[in-house]
Amino acid sequence: MTDSITISIDGVEIPAETHHTILEAADKAGIYIPRLCAYPGLKPNGSCRVCTVLVNGRPQTACTTPVMKGMVIQNETPELKRLRSNLIEMLFVEGNHYCMFCEKSGNCELQGMAYRLGIKTPHFPYLEPKREIDATHPDVLIDHNRCIFCGRCIQASKTFDGKNVFQYIGRTRNKKVGVNADDGLGETDFAATDRAAQVCPVGAILKKRVGFKIPIGKRIYDRSPIGSEIEVQPKDAGSAQ
Amino acid sequence: MANVATNGKRIVISPVTRVEGHGKVTILLDDDNKVTQARLHIVEFRGFERFVQGRPFWEIPVLVQRLCGICPVSHHLAAAKAMDRIVGGEKLTPTAEKIRRLMHYGQTLQSHALHFFHLVSPDLLFGFDADPEIRNVIGVARKFPELAVQGVMMRKYGQELIKATAGKKIHGTGAIPGGVNKNLSIEERDGFLKDLPQIVQWARSALKLAKEYTSEHLKELADFGTFESNHLCLVGPSGELDLYHGNLRAIDAGGKTIFDQVDYQNYIDYIAEEVKSWSYMKFPFIKSLGPENGWYRVGPLARINACTFIDTPEAEAARQEFKALTGGKPNAMTMAYHWARMIELLHAAEKIQTLLHDPDLQGTDLVVKGERRYETVGLVEAPRGTLFHHYEVNEHDQVTRCNLIVSTTNNNTPMNRAVEKVARDYLSGTTITEGLLNRVEVAIRAYDPCLSCATHAMGQMPLAVELRDRRGELLDRRAKGVDAR
Repeated sequence: MTDSITISIDGVEIPAETHHTILEAADKAGIYIPRLCAYPGLKPNGSCRVCTVLVNGRPQTACTTPVMKGMVIQNETPELKRLRSNLIEMLFVEGNHYCMFCEKSGNCELQGMAYRLGIKTPHFPYLEPKREIDATHPDVLIDHNRCIFCGRCIQASKTFDGKNVFQYIGRTRNKKVGVNADDGLGETDFAATDRAAQVCPVGAILKKRVGFKIPIGKRIYDRSPIGSEIEVQPKDAGSAQ
Repeated sequence: MANVATNGKRIVISPVTRVEGHGKVTILLDDDNKVTQARLHIVEFRGFERFVQGRPFWEIPVLVQRLCGICPVSHHLAAAKAMDRIVGGEKLTPTAEKIRRLMHYGQTLQSHALHFFHLVSPDLLFGFDADPEIRNVIGVARKFPELAVQGVMMRKYGQELIKATAGKKIHGTGAIPGGVNKNLSIEERDGFLKDLPQIVQWARSALKLAKEYTSEHLKELADFGTFESNHLCLVGPSGELDLYHGNLRAIDAGGKTIFDQVDYQNYIDYIAEEVKSWSYMKFPFIKSLGPENGWYRVGPLARINACTFIDTPEAEAARQEFKALTGGKPNAMTMAYHWARMIELLHAAEKIQTLLHDPDLQGTDLVVKGERRYETVGLVEAPRGTLFHHYEVNEHDQVTRCNLIVSTTNNNTPMNRAVEKVARDYLSGTTITEGLLNRVEVAIRAYDPCLSCATHAMGQMPLAVELRDRRGELLDRRAKGVDAR
């Protein structure tokens, strides 16, 4: 059973249902809260922290926090923008993100977020980790250099595809998205048509041999910044993409 | 800026300027202080051939073009042509081939215009010995503003063509394995057609300037850095000049065919590369002639010398005039590169004109595929000369091996010969004079070298000139620019 309530985001009163998270309520109201791991239909896990907002003055992830009556939420503040920028910059330096030759460029949520937040170059030193490419699958490539550990593929494989292809393995700097086979993705039951192949926000899981087919100018974020699809369609927009 | 530091036996000169990238020249003397050898060292290193290993093949045309910001389209297209064969799509649709050609001619136009108007014209307009403070692009803009504007506008036109076909002026994504990702809209075409007559007119004027300069200064230029060589380029099936696609032709200094209509997939049977300890840049040569005699020139001079004809009327008329100067024999003058380059500038403008009127540019059949292959070679005639891309790709679609022979590498020995000739003719005693340094620069610049491409290198390196005696002891060194050391 759900109840209709009202919450406030940056001083704007919006309606919400009590089963909503802050992120869902904001999306429905046409207010964009930046996020990288949240994805419609997948259980939120708050791994990227980019959707952090101030709830009654305390930082909370909007994707995991349910709305409550009378919540006062701050989303667009200079401090939150700075925190989000730092998070995005850390994601850039912790992997090997070379946008200049990445086929996801223009369609990449990480790149799109950096542009939206006005990040020109990271302030932190590049860690340049040594990561691998798993090209063993005939139709899909995993480039671990670009993985940001959002966990979408892990959940999508279970929730959408009824499979269990991906899982985190290792810890700290050795953490990676592993596959449930010894010799790479090619040995799993993964298929290019799986939803898990479509949800990667960056260029880590890629369908093979189709890179660069969309010309510059027609890619998703060539036309409008990330988040504008929520901001311009307040009523029926999804909560991500 | 000349920066001279003398300690009795050493003098330092700063870099050769107005070339793409940086380099260093050593001139070796014998006991009688006569020049025995000149070496153009390229000591930067980039390693593209190594770090493309493991990358997926469809990424390569976009990745390798990052070698260069001046003619990235050459690398983009050479790699795309190679990857066409990996997907069995080398027989492109008419739309795809014409879009790629338009991109390539746009690039040739802008690159040749940049080189002639911005890098070379100061030497031609002010003379080799003019004060370097005036002998630069700013000096040209002050004294010959209309020429400087023409250079800028021709570059812009070429860059806009690249943007329309590749998506960006620099480092676009237009060519993909087996085709292209966009066509040219009617609106885009009409925009280019509107400005084209002016571009063609400026190309004619530039050609006239280069031709007249050569004729008027023939006495001085005839022997300036001049030497006989073989010449290599791509030609079309009838021997016509073709900058985008064709087969390999090599001729000797007398114009005799060494080989012709060689499928460049088999280039390795005809061309080999020698490595020398003092340069990261390799020394290619024609196998049948060996490293001593098999070196060759590439680029505008080689192409105009070696092609049978040009398939655009004004450039063909210009070629005939060019050939008439040497009675039909290959022209051996280093400084004739400029004239040849401007013939190609006009040719590119004429080709753009023909293409823009072709309705195939608005076609929608953009990509083809066929039999999968695992080893491939892609070649184009880049503005600076023949560009070789050779790849092996494994069954998982990853590049496992890459060899690039770029235009400037092909011209490695010729540039050394040109410097040697100039040093022999202009070195007096054991000090490097401003006049010698200027002339060394002018000779190297004629080849329009892209030194960073040639070693796949990055970073700052001055082109300094060093003079060494037989024992290798440094007698003199000079360099120019902020990196002088």
